[in-house]
Amino acid sequence: MAKDTDTGADTGYMGGDKELKWVGTRPPRPDGVDKVTGRAKFGADFYVPGMLIGKVLRSPHPHALIKSIDTSKAEALTGVKAVLTRDDFGDRSSEFVPAGEMMVNYRDIVRNVMAREKALYEGHAVAAVAATSNAIAKQALKLIEVDYEPLPHVIDAVEAMKPDAPLLHEDMITDGVEPAPTKPSNVAKRVEFTIGDVEAGFAAADVVIERAFDTSPVHQAYIEPHACVASVSEDGQAELWTTTQGHYVARAHCARLLDMDISKIRVTASEIGGGFGGKTVVYLEPLALGLSRKACQPVKMVMSRDEVFRASGPTSGAHMKIKVGATKDGKITAGQAELIYQAGAFQGSPVQPGAMCAFAPYDLENVKVVGWDVVTNRPKVAAYRAPGAPISEYAVECVIDELAKRLGIDPIDLRLANAAKEGTRAAYGPKFGPIGLVESLEQAKAHPHYQAPLGPNQGRGVASGFWFNIGGETCASLIVNEDGTAALTLGTPDIGGSRASLCMMAAEELGIEYDRVRPIIADTASLGYTFLTGGSRATFSSGLAVIEAARDVVRQLCERAAKIWEIPTDAVEWADGTAKPAGANAGDFEPMSLAAIAAIAGKTGGPVVGHAQINAQGAAPSFGTHLVDVEVDRETGRVTVLRYTVLQDAGKAIHPAYVEGQFQGGAVQGIGWALNEEYIYGPDGKLENAGFLDYRIPVASDVPMIDTVIVEVPNPRHPYGVRGVGETPIIPPMAAIANAIENALGIRFTELPMSPPRVLKAIDEMAAAE
Amino acid sequence: MAKIHVSTTINGDAVEFLCEPEETLLDVLRDGLGLTGSKEGCSSGDCGACSVLLDGRLVCACLVMGAELGGCEVETIEAMAHGDVLHPLQSKFIEHAALQCGVCTPGILVAAKALLDKNPDPSETEVRYWLAGNLCRCTGYDKIVRAVLDAAADMRGS
Ligand code: FES
Ligand code: FES
Repeated sequence: MAKDTDTGADTGYMGGDKELKWVGTRPPRPDGVDKVTGRAKFGADFYVPGMLIGKVLRSPHPHALIKSIDTSKAEALTGVKAVLTRDDFGDRSSEFVPAGEMMVNYRDIVRNVMAREKALYEGHAVAAVAATSNAIAKQALKLIEVDYEPLPHVIDAVEAMKPDAPLLHEDMITDGVEPAPTKPSNVAKRVEFTIGDVEAGFAAADVVIERAFDTSPVHQAYIEPHACVASVSEDGQAELWTTTQGHYVARAHCARLLDMDISKIRVTASEIGGGFGGKTVVYLEPLALGLSRKACQPVKMVMSRDEVFRASGPTSGAHMKIKVGATKDGKITAGQAELIYQAGAFQGSPVQPGAMCAFAPYDLENVKVVGWDVVTNRPKVAAYRAPGAPISEYAVECVIDELAKRLGIDPIDLRLANAAKEGTRAAYGPKFGPIGLVESLEQAKAHPHYQAPLGPNQGRGVASGFWFNIGGETCASLIVNEDGTAALTLGTPDIGGSRASLCMMAAEELGIEYDRVRPIIADTASLGYTFLTGGSRATFSSGLAVIEAARDVVRQLCERAAKIWEIPTDAVEWADGTAKPAGANAGDFEPMSLAAIAAIAGKTGGPVVGHAQINAQGAAPSFGTHLVDVEVDRETGRVTVLRYTVLQDAGKAIHPAYVEGQFQGGAVQGIGWALNEEYIYGPDGKLENAGFLDYRIPVASDVPMIDTVIVEVPNPRHPYGVRGVGETPIIPPMAAIANAIENALGIRFTELPMSPPRVLKAIDEMAAAE
Repeated sequence: MAKIHVSTTINGDAVEFLCEPEETLLDVLRDGLGLTGSKEGCSSGDCGACSVLLDGRLVCACLVMGAELGGCEVETIEAMAHGDVLHPLQSKFIEHAALQCGVCTPGILVAAKALLDKNPDPSETEVRYWLAGNLCRCTGYDKIVRAVLDAAADMRGS
């Protein structure tokens, strides 16, 4: 999470009065033509001569001891060049390191990449092969003999917490409990965030509402499956092309798992076909490198969609209890939550951020949130857009709505009366700087959507959301070419148009045309360590680095002009894309453009290149409010979203079209989470809907246009005021839709998804009760 | 098993290839011919990322067998622009920011073009139902639908 400790050098907010030429406009993205012509190379689009095909053998059991693995027959098959099993990976000690917004443990990563003592979920990788063709690789998988001893499994987190539940890890002692338990369990961790005294708070309340909620695991469901090509030479030099949100992070994981020097692995991030957090971890990369190292030939690996569902992602399902108290006039006196998040087969659910976010939109004196991280026989969860927050905030925002109804207060007014604002201390510790929750609520209330009439079986819902956003380590370099154009070298993979915003900031700072800046996403050997695209940090953190690199360029350009004019450097200023004498005393010289200085740079000291290597600080949270109208079909239980409006604080939208796109995309992912998406398991512990036909994400005909209102409360720690925007939009939809359905039917759903069978059942039950 | 020899037309060019009996049109395009603009999101006909035109009909390339292509005409995303002139749909997708990651984009463009070839003046609802077989996880479809409607208007000259 962002800790507001240290200010970036001279990168504070410049104020809103500076006239901007590019920032805030909507130019075409630099990679647009590549992406509309099919030219852009995504993970599976790399082909290398002599390339082998790698495939993974996966456990058919949700939980089983692996007694032995015999690969001899597979190895003897003509065309098989390498086989990997657990024996090819050294064990790793238990140690947590940050990856995106979650912590990872190499003891667990090595076991998730390749099952060791046990297979812990259906789909868990057990062996991998590389062969000269797809068909031979598939045949080889069939020849691998694994002796499993199936064990009882547990899929549900509450079941997994019971004392007699099947145990996934025999050495797991619950962390965060005093005194430490003496027996192992499936409960990895307890977290707690408390301020004030909730008991006193509830005692002061006129109304107390307590509800339990359940959510299902949902997958990030990026359209591009995981894919990579690895090539390791005889001397151990490795190249890796992979679809990832963070190629430096992937490099670090691979080096650690394979005992390689970081310098030996050069990773190039392909174009990435969606990630949403799910491509912050490694699955195939260490296997492809390991196979290539054995075979001394390049190896390509691509997951099938079935493998994506069974063995990557998803995010947690959860069981939650929420209790909120308020006075008659709508002042919330206490909020309490208990959150049980299932982590999948290894600890590390996003319960901690879920606990921190639960009540973050509100200015409360008394809060207590307790969270539990529980392992089950499911794939290990991965980050999904604001990991943890959509789950806990969904539950809280439903209770807030119920409270508003009980108190007879408009739900926006109730939120406004309790909204966090500048100076509010969040239950998880820090005081907020300037934030835009109140603005988003006020604009929601004033929006025509909020007043529009509703028909029969229709309802309207409101919910708000909060996410931290992060900064972190980032590099950028900006090369001034001889003709006055520029090359911008970046380290954050462009997952949704960030090249455009970053070039716009470079052009703005340099005072040159936007289309004169050409961006590339550098490989890991060409630019310093840059943390991944995630945590809504790419435009913020790479943006700060770009601005700093551009200012470095401007400093150098001023120096060059000073040299040419033979005046002191501080007598030169940069304005309107030109170097000028800083005042009358500096002398009378014709201003020199960037291009003019660049043309003779060879004579004034050599090429002009700006660099920035920073640990970006000052990421500011983003708050948003969503409005939704739904119509419920009483015959089928189908809920149709009729109208949707997202109002969110972006600080400053560099490229408003891509900010709107984040709002719209997040909202529609949330609509899927609310209404359809869920992992369905059979009693055998196997996933029953591992495909897009049965795991149904929203399609174009499921949704209306998504209206957007970009609220701009500038982040004081960024020159243009930027806040991350990508994650907050997925937080409010589930509660907003639940609240709208309640408004339409008078039925409060407390379980996600609110799919047609579930809605129909509730309608029928209500009819029967009447 | 022996490979099968197929003669076909792809993007207007006569093409011959050898394929395994189980290889799909998508495998042939991507692995055999280096036409990687068509994407594989599911290989089960559920995502539309592999959309191509087969004898003028919109199909999922992952559901067509390579061996069936003899004498057919296939059109892929690679043939959508003419020289350095983008198809209006391509320009409008860029102008409207109708792509984020862009992996669904080739399939959606091919599908949208097939729609506009049949129906130059579709309603929003018609666009949404026509594109219901093309999944996009990033955009929420808003800007995609707007881009298609705007391209259609442009192409009608209004
Ligand atoms: S890859 Fe053909 S429909 Fe998904
Ligand atoms: S833009 Fe990413 S899936 Fe459509």
